[in-house]
Amino acid sequence: MARFIERHPAWALIVIIAVAVLLWLVFAIWPPGLEAAIGRKRVFLNAVLNGITLGGLYFLVASGFTLIFGLMRNVNLAHGSLYLFGGYVGYAISTWTGSWILSFIVAFIAAALVGVILQLAVFRRMEGQDLRQTMVTIGLSIVFADLMLWVFGGDFYQVQTPSWLIGPVQLPLLTAIKSSGEPVFLQYPLVRLVIFAASVVIGIAMWLALNRTRIGMIVRAGVDDRDILAATGVRIQLVFVLVFALGAGLAGIAGVVGGTFQSLSPGEDTRFLLASLVVVIVGGMGSIPGAALGAVIIGLAEQLGSVYIPTYAIVVTFLIMVVVLALRPQGLLARR
Amino acid sequence: MLKGSLGLIALSSLLLSGTAFAQEKIKVGVTATLEGTYTVLGEDGMRGHQTALNVLGKKIGDKELEFVVASTDATPDSAVRAVRKLIEQDKVQILLSPLSGDEGIAVKNFAKTHPELTFVNAASGAQETTYVDPAPNFFRYNMDGAQWQVGLGKYAYETKGYRKIATVGEDYSFIYTQVFGLVLEFCGAGGQVTNRQWVPLGTKDFASVIAALPDDVDAIYLGLGGADAVNFLNQYQQAGGKAHLMGGSIMIDQTILSSKGSAKNALIGTIAASGQADTWEDPGWQKFVKAYQDSFPESKRFPSPSLLATNYYGSTMALILALRQVNGDLSNNQAKLKDALAKIEIDAPNGKIKLDANRQAIGTNFVTEVVDDGKGALFSKVVKVIPNVNQTLGYDPAVFAKIGLPSRTVPECKKY
Repeated sequence: MARFIERHPAWALIVIIAVAVLLWLVFAIWPPGLEAAIGRKRVFLNAVLNGITLGGLYFLVASGFTLIFGLMRNVNLAHGSLYLFGGYVGYAISTWTGSWILSFIVAFIAAALVGVILQLAVFRRMEGQDLRQTMVTIGLSIVFADLMLWVFGGDFYQVQTPSWLIGPVQLPLLTAIKSSGEPVFLQYPLVRLVIFAASVVIGIAMWLALNRTRIGMIVRAGVDDRDILAATGVRIQLVFVLVFALGAGLAGIAGVVGGTFQSLSPGEDTRFLLASLVVVIVGGMGSIPGAALGAVIIGLAEQLGSVYIPTYAIVVTFLIMVVVLALRPQGLLARR
Repeated sequence: MLKGSLGLIALSSLLLSGTAFAQEKIKVGVTATLEGTYTVLGEDGMRGHQTALNVLGKKIGDKELEFVVASTDATPDSAVRAVRKLIEQDKVQILLSPLSGDEGIAVKNFAKTHPELTFVNAASGAQETTYVDPAPNFFRYNMDGAQWQVGLGKYAYETKGYRKIATVGEDYSFIYTQVFGLVLEFCGAGGQVTNRQWVPLGTKDFASVIAALPDDVDAIYLGLGGADAVNFLNQYQQAGGKAHLMGGSIMIDQTILSSKGSAKNALIGTIAASGQADTWEDPGWQKFVKAYQDSFPESKRFPSPSLLATNYYGSTMALILALRQVNGDLSNNQAKLKDALAKIEIDAPNGKIKLDANRQAIGTNFVTEVVDDGKGALFSKVVKVIPNVNQTLGYDPAVFAKIGLPSRTVPECKKY
């Protein structure tokens, strides 16, 4: 941090001012002039929180994607199919057993199993052939999409939100003060906060697992140079299978999350594949913190965009991607 | 040599016997949104199409209809691509296309480049398609989005007592047309539309849109469809939304009312208007519902046909009946068929339909209210039936022309 300030004093100043302005926007009572210019504070706060919580969902999908890419240099374009598959499994389990939590566990296991099969039956046979792997994953994603359309049809499915998560909660953030002097606090859907908290926990757990455990050390070594790692006697194929299973399982969990606060239907697979591609391109391919940063940026851009410039909201995310590719093609937090 | 000539003889006898036995086919291309946000709508449209074939049969005199289906995703370019593929690759002679508003405008324009073929609109409902520079070979047997809203504005103002409303709609031509119809009538009655929000087709996260909804209105009008509608309702419930709702024609429709999950329950009591009502007593409608239910197993259909099924049924019916009138004669650039299509009056399930000079349907409209049938299934209940709704909504054509074309801001909220 101190090094960064020393090296780029101008940038550091801009960042500090931006953070200060943001904090002021979040915590201060907006003067009437500002409300007249850019709308009510409630709308702004909601958009920011929505962006961050949506970023949580994007992170869940993109972290698996980036993990698999980082270790195996495998651009798994069937990742969106794993997301949708996990969602459908979660839906089936939650309607069958009525348990929301259980649907996460089963969706994780089911998607992870598909991941293991993919790795063993397909990718292992074409290791190191990037183009071939990419083409195969595109093909697989089309096959999966049609299979799921066959089984589940074109209907919209929603994973049932448990009753204790329905409805809004009051956050300690002031949106306005009534003329009677009574403060008005922000109401926010509880389920989104819970899901965001869960994705933060998962993110931190992944970071700890990668940076503080032996298996994480092996994975990091594999990212850097897998030939040398294999030469030291590590069973690299087993590591590949494990990482693939974890990445696929995360996509499965994300499917249940997406099915809870959005909905599942054909076409969601490609949408989330695209979202995770954009997220990892912005954040940096193969980097977990990069995926987190990218996810929050894209989530915020989508939500703030949909409120303040609805006409061009779709373009904003791609503009960000274009700018990042132009200025820092390796992504914001990539090491190389 | 011998072998070769033998083969030739065998081949030619095969060909000869082929022509002797094969019936002459009339090839019809059908498009539906079988991908993307509107998948469910496309699927049910195809069910309506299939129901029509089950009821009416595929025979035209001594010829037989053959259908080739192509999928689109509600974007205009996907529709044109599908239609072009059907014409150039599959050599279809007639098109039953498309489903969605923007697609309709694009296909209508494309129809002009093939004046020799016949285009029967399947279900699309943007006003511009038949109102502005219509194609002489494009026929629409369903009403447009504005016609489908007739009656709603007055009902909301006079019976429900709503004075101020806000709208949320998908950002494309069909919803513009729907809001056009609503605003014209509601503001004409004296109401106010304070805020119109537009979201891109395919929006998944509505949380910010919901947060930006105004508090000081009596009701919120939702012009959403397919996955967008379900997502909105889901998140609206999670955010604890409690306002009165009003619905567009594809919002209050079996495609949404039959969705899985509890989000749809937010719609109970919502008022809407559409080209059909699920519980209409009319025997023709009941017969159609029965035919639809009998055509598919219960798990593969909705409890009652959606607006899309009804539209596809109506357009397929019009095409088959017109073809039978001319005995399948497609000579002279299908002139006889086009003539018959322009004149035909059909007894569609949702009321009598005839075409105006622009080949646009004049038909019956329904104001509805969503009810629970007691077993958890939701239906739209008839409140009011309005016959003979034309494209200018009863306005003098000169006055109607001055209002302008439906868009994000047109019409203004005033009495025309």
